Amino acid sequence: MNATDRIKELAVSDSGFLFDPASGATFSVNPSGRVILAELKRGADRTEIIAALAERFDIGEHDLHRDVDGFVHLLRTHALLPEGFSL
Amino acid sequence: MTGREIPKRRDARSATVAVTGLNATDNPGPGVAVIRALRADPDFRGRIVGLAYDSLDPGIYARDLCDDVFLVPYPSRGSEALLGRLDYIARRVGAIDALIPTLDAELAGFIALEPQLRRRGVHTLLPSRAQLDARSKVNLAELGAAAGFDVPHTCVLSSPRDLYTLHEQIPFPLVIKGLYYGATVVHDVTAAFAAFHRIVAEWGYPVIAQQLVAGEELDVLAVGNGDGGLVGALPMKKTTLTDKGKGWAGVTVRDPHLLELAARFVEHTQWRGPCEVEVMRTRDGRYYVIEINPRFPAWCYLSAGAGMNLPYAVLRLALGDAVEPLCSYEVGTMFVRIALDQIASLEQLSAITQHGELAVTSEERVA
Repeated sequence: MNATDRIKELAVSDSGFLFDPASGATFSVNPSGRVILAELKRGADRTEIIAALAERFDIGEHDLHRDVDGFVHLLRTHALLPEGFSL
Repeated sequence: MTGREIPKRRDARSATVAVTGLNATDNPGPGVAVIRALRADPDFRGRIVGLAYDSLDPGIYARDLCDDVFLVPYPSRGSEALLGRLDYIARRVGAIDALIPTLDAELAGFIALEPQLRRRGVHTLLPSRAQLDARSKVNLAELGAAAGFDVPHTCVLSSPRDLYTLHEQIPFPLVIKGLYYGATVVHDVTAAFAAFHRIVAEWGYPVIAQQLVAGEELDVLAVGNGDGGLVGALPMKKTTLTDKGKGWAGVTVRDPHLLELAARFVEHTQWRGPCEVEVMRTRDGRYYVIEINPRFPAWCYLSAGAGMNLPYAVLRLALGDAVEPLCSYEVGTMFVRIALDQIASLEQLSAITQHGELAVTSEERVA
């Protein structure tokens, strides 16, 4: 299963409650994480994700890149993205 | 023409169903969950007869569960004692149309009694003795090789001496298991001896040693129709465990590999009835079948909650209904168990202890 299909499989509520139907695991996702997930679901690349975050949050670009990398790392750690996935 | 006429089978919707396993303790028997699932089906308006082994089995005293409860003899008393008791129960409450045994230790006895039960009009959906033995922990590795699913490396231990050389076949840590119940992870020979003797004292021989597979444990409740067909399968991930390792909460998940494993088992063995396939999913995506229980699991009420009522499907199949395969369920349906104090009266305890029976909904029946 590729990364986009895997992310599409996840159920995320408006409040950021995430359910992985494959493992049964649940998570709470903060607002910036929700934006990143939504962008990943539609198959966005790194530039598009950074742009979407910049539109919503008043954060410098350096921090946005760090947040995206950190969140993707978390998703990989919890097997919500394939191990080799990177943006 | 001689012999007793086989009673005409009744419609599942109005059937009288006997269910065992009312020991809803912290290591619960599945009977209460089976009964709740039957009651949850909008079509079912039949009668439930609870069969209990102990007068303090909690399910005896649960409101809105059983219409009647009867004590039955322990499996060690033999099949004839059980049959005699069932005949008595039928005289008290009328014909029993179907019987759903739910405990491992009683299954062999009920399977042996199946022809006599059928002649009395008591229908079951049970595996054959050969099927029961094929999925036993002792034979599971062989079954996996034949059916095409992975089983952790397993050794059958018939003497404590076997523990001295066990590490040559299975490295520590490993799991020591009893034939029916109990599993202990051990990290060295000393702990293995302690677990071995504890299991022998409780359940006798043989003892099974199994390679410890690290990963997530998932369970599938499956029902086979006896012709190799899968009637339905519901995969679940336990999200909270008790100190005995029993699921206290869980959630239905979507994993086609789990359904495939269940289908492969059911097809290869021509399994007839319910079963629980316990699976370890490793981080690298491999699946190992660690146990197959030949009965409903205690969490089977989840199947009713998730829209795939497998206990009711088993009742219908037992009574000869054609049941189309059930394919859909609500992924993400949770169960969370609760421990409640039930209020019971001395009259109830007296009825079940002294007379071995309790008419839960019709007090006059015990008069």
